[in-house]
Amino acid sequence: MEVVRSDRKSSSNDVVVSTLPLYRSAPPLEVRLEDFELFAMDRLRVLKGISDGLSRGKKPEEMENLAMDLWKANMRHLEATEGVNKDVISHFVLRLVYCRTEELRKWFLSMETALFRYRFHSKSSEAQRVLMSEFKLPYKPVSNAEFESVKDKLGQVARSMGQTLPAADAIFYKVPFEEVPELVAGRRVFIHKGHAYVAMNQVVSLVVTQFRSNLSKALILTNRKWTSTIREQEKDRLAPIVEALCTSYLGPDYSQPKEFAEISIKDIDQISKTSFPLCMRYLFEKVREDHHLKHGGRMQLGLFLKGVGLKLDDALAFWKAEFVPKVGAERFDKEYAYNIRHNYGREGKRTDYTPYSCQKIISSTPGVGDHHGCPYRHFSEENLRAALARMGVGSRVVEDVMDKVHNRHYQLACTLTFEAVHGSSCDAGINHPNQYFIDSQKILQSKNGSVA
Amino acid sequence: MTKEEAENERDDMLIDGPEETNALPDGFNANYLRIYYGKLFPHADIFKWMSYGNDGKHPACDKSYFGRREFSFTLENDIYIRFQSFNSVSELEHSIKEKCPLKIDIGPVYSVDPAKRHAYTQSGDNVFTPVERELVFDIDITDYDDVRYCCTGADVCLECWPLMTVAIKVIDTALRDDFGFNHILWVYSGRRGVHCWVCDGKARRLTNEQRAAIADYFRVYKGNENSNKKISLPGPVLHPFLARSYTEVLKGFFEAKLLSNQNLLSSEERYEKILEMIPDASVASELRGRWQDNKQSSMSKDDINVVRWEQLKYILQSGKQKVQGLRRCVEEIIFSFTYPRLDMEVSKHMNHLLKAPFCVHPKTGRVCVPIDPNNCDEFDPTTVPTLSQLLEELNKGGLRQDAESEWDRTSLGESVTFFRSTFLQPLLKSCKEETESSYNAKLQQSKNNLSW
Repeated sequence: MEVVRSDRKSSSNDVVVSTLPLYRSAPPLEVRLEDFELFAMDRLRVLKGISDGLSRGKKPEEMENLAMDLWKANMRHLEATEGVNKDVISHFVLRLVYCRTEELRKWFLSMETALFRYRFHSKSSEAQRVLMSEFKLPYKPVSNAEFESVKDKLGQVARSMGQTLPAADAIFYKVPFEEVPELVAGRRVFIHKGHAYVAMNQVVSLVVTQFRSNLSKALILTNRKWTSTIREQEKDRLAPIVEALCTSYLGPDYSQPKEFAEISIKDIDQISKTSFPLCMRYLFEKVREDHHLKHGGRMQLGLFLKGVGLKLDDALAFWKAEFVPKVGAERFDKEYAYNIRHNYGREGKRTDYTPYSCQKIISSTPGVGDHHGCPYRHFSEENLRAALARMGVGSRVVEDVMDKVHNRHYQLACTLTFEAVHGSSCDAGINHPNQYFIDSQKILQSKNGSVA
Repeated sequence: MTKEEAENERDDMLIDGPEETNALPDGFNANYLRIYYGKLFPHADIFKWMSYGNDGKHPACDKSYFGRREFSFTLENDIYIRFQSFNSVSELEHSIKEKCPLKIDIGPVYSVDPAKRHAYTQSGDNVFTPVERELVFDIDITDYDDVRYCCTGADVCLECWPLMTVAIKVIDTALRDDFGFNHILWVYSGRRGVHCWVCDGKARRLTNEQRAAIADYFRVYKGNENSNKKISLPGPVLHPFLARSYTEVLKGFFEAKLLSNQNLLSSEERYEKILEMIPDASVASELRGRWQDNKQSSMSKDDINVVRWEQLKYILQSGKQKVQGLRRCVEEIIFSFTYPRLDMEVSKHMNHLLKAPFCVHPKTGRVCVPIDPNNCDEFDPTTVPTLSQLLEELNKGGLRQDAESEWDRTSLGESVTFFRSTFLQPLLKSCKEETESSYNAKLQQSKNNLSW
């Protein structure tokens, strides 16, 4: 990509600007086996920290600070070259770790892309331009004549985001809208006849899209290599490390009910009151009340119930009993039963779907008529207070919960609710509705046990 | 199957004589449907459309293209068969006539023939995956239940149907002017909404992420049933897309039609819903005070809804209300009553199924006919041809031989002609151009390679 209009400091071209590695190819470095694992662990701490930050709904600026702090704490090295080596090595080790299933790839791809975004953003504009040219993006800045013709619209977009009008010599790139999905989604660009006008301070989106698509392709290739050769060749050396690294960190997915396997329909009312987190309790009450739930709600509650241990037959019976008064048995069998079997992997792709995590629920976007989502995030304050009161949370704790909510720490708010309802602490925090359920059942059973 | 055979298969009673045909009972029945598929359903047009020019003789045509498209049928007794695929128009037509589905859904084009998907599952990696799919939108009047008072649920009348018309105008303009799409088909869903198929090559090849970005571009509703404010328009000015939709469509529609049609401000219960959207309690109570007192002034000839709306606008937009939020409030009210409400999930994923045009809705008996976005104001869902009406027309005109084809004898003819002339022909023309230019480019490339 050529940037024509800003040749102010061409003299500084001689100075080497510190940029970021693009991880194009694996480094020809010798790595000690301990470093192999240690570096990867350090990078994982950064990625996991980013993942937690995102799931708490932190704002972009806060995320950037968080990511840079995590980076400094875990990845910085006294020697600059050593630091770069560690960066590159740890990335490639984790590629191996996270290439092996679609789920793992997806997580790694999101987190590495987020990390790259924050690091790119923190670089000087000089370094940013160098990086852009390394990506070889084929876009040219819009000409002066074209700029004049769309200036008003560009100004309107800038002002709609609370920014000042673009200066007369501002650089904009005209790119197919498909290249900047996040800017399109946020209505942060002017789009005309299929082209988005991207401002200089938004090119991070262009670069990130590129980074993401390169990494996505690379992960597929790595996976192929892993299954075809590496796993066998390294079965005594690297393979055990690689396999341990991913399970130790991602946590369980709760797709198979474990400790308290199997609940039956008759218990479900009771259990929903004692051990469901607010999001599920609310959905459960709603389906009882309305005899209906829209798709998002059915998915969120249905998969949760599967994780809790409701068998397919019971699930079908449960949903049918609820829905029939409203939609009739015929329509239920026709329109809804399929999806329930689908969730249990009995239809379609036959994947056994995993229950939604807090992160997924918090980042969902419920619309009109929807009841799913995270109550701490999606309820109005008034409704949340009322819901907490119904759960028996005392007024002082409610204030603490609201405080967390105002700071957008939704999982911490849920954790506080858990602690208040169960009268015991939850040190690990709530990360998954099914974890809430399991922890709750553990506490209740130990209480029952001590009474008996 | 010849015409005689088709007629012999029909119930004799139906073709006995013109006198008796007027007695066709209304609604839907499987025997009528069989005749409809036999004589009226435009199999060949659907095939032409879904082939996107790949059924031609050009060497660049992808012969496997149509055969990798998923069709799914809903049969009587709630039998639902997915992953049907056909290799030719005659296979498609034969299967539809034989199975006589109550509903035909169209899914994506997969990487491999969906009927043989199981053969590929052994190989482990996701070989069976969607590769192309029209960008689709589904807008359903039931999602507007909180802003219409004339009907609820699946009912729709001429008072609330214009909400759909508004949705078509807003989305259609943005798809063409902003995103640069040209081949757009709007279809009446047969009962309570509209479907939109965007068929440009570029649209069919969008990734899920890009689809989600477009859906989000259209989204202004935030929050679920538990938050008071359903619309949020932050920033000092509106994005050009929202501004255009507002001034060109929404504002005029709200003030000239919806306000009086739905009596939005006539009773306390109704105006309270609008007052709730005003963030400043003193302003809301000032209006409430006036409206509660002026019941007697209903002597005035002016529509009370309009009078009150002008009062509300005056207070909110008068000079003394400097607060940003209040000036924006008029727009937010109009948006929340009129802005299109899309079923986001349908648009976001490639593998969502959508009912085929020209199906017959099993509840209403109405045919899913195309809607002309340029004349959508004239579309009247209550006069869309029904199955029984079409068969009557067919029987009445049975002796006429001058008609070119069966549907020209019925009121479906107009719809088929419209489908062909405004959608199918331009689409196939540009498919042909696309095929040729990509072929020539390839040819050029290989020539260059040879001369090297």
